[in-house]
Amino acid sequence: MSMHYFANPARFTRLAARIQPWAGGLAAILLLVGLYLALVVVPADYQQGDTVRIMFVHVPSAWMAMFCYSFLAVASAVGLIWKHPLADLAAKASAPIGAGFTFLALVTGSLWGKPMWGAWWVWDARLTSVLILFFLYLGYMALWQAIEDSQKAGKAAAVLALVGAVNVPIIKFSVDWWNTLHQPASVLRMDGPAIHPTMLWPLLIMALAFKAYFVALLLARMRMELNLRRIRALRLAERTS
Amino acid sequence: MDGMGAFFAMGGYAGYVWPAFGIVLAVMAVLWITSIRGWHKSEQSLTALRGHRRQREGADE
Repeated sequence: MSMHYFANPARFTRLAARIQPWAGGLAAILLLVGLYLALVVVPADYQQGDTVRIMFVHVPSAWMAMFCYSFLAVASAVGLIWKHPLADLAAKASAPIGAGFTFLALVTGSLWGKPMWGAWWVWDARLTSVLILFFLYLGYMALWQAIEDSQKAGKAAAVLALVGAVNVPIIKFSVDWWNTLHQPASVLRMDGPAIHPTMLWPLLIMALAFKAYFVALLLARMRMELNLRRIRALRLAERTS
Repeated sequence: MDGMGAFFAMGGYAGYVWPAFGIVLAVMAVLWITSIRGWHKSEQSLTALRGHRRQREGADE
């Protein structure tokens, strides 16, 4: 199966229509289970008390912030290099979702930082690089808005997305490269997770819920963008005929 | 304190835990609603536009 198999918009729409409700349903179920585990089942931490529950929304949000940007950057590269007709749309559709999760990672981090560090915000390498990520998302979306010709807008936005991709490894390794207040990774480590299974499972369920949510929303937004593109083409044909 | 009261008190951290979960659900809900609504709207205008075209093409013949 070639990469251009899904380049056919009609085929994509059919496939998306089939996947979207399943992804949405899966997201809802996993979210309910995850919330129940995080808020009710998981015991309070002996050091952090009940604030540890914030981890179950903070960490998956932060993972999604990075995941969405990586997706956006790869889709932008595919759009630029192979002119894949759906790649630009996929990148554009993922931006608001990524911006949302980045915002949530920052806010929930702040709500966790205040009782544990004693500050809502510190200019630490991890926090600062995530704030930059949030502005990258906003800049990316603003660029799409600013340029009227959607082909030119897509190209400019893709270049911005690729330049901004440098920030992704910086975020990931910021906790190792700089001596920061933010704690280092405890799940995605070379020598296995340093987190107790009673907390790891709820965390993974929440992460999976967010992923399924992303898929459902991405497909809905891509179908919307495809429709808008078709509407523009029809209107243009009307004017010229 | 009873079980329910203890649950809502979150060991004294209610002011941090509940807003964190609240804002996550709020932002996810808003993104969900706007995305689905936008997609539905685009679907409707596309169908309307196509119907309009077909009608006109029919009248031209």
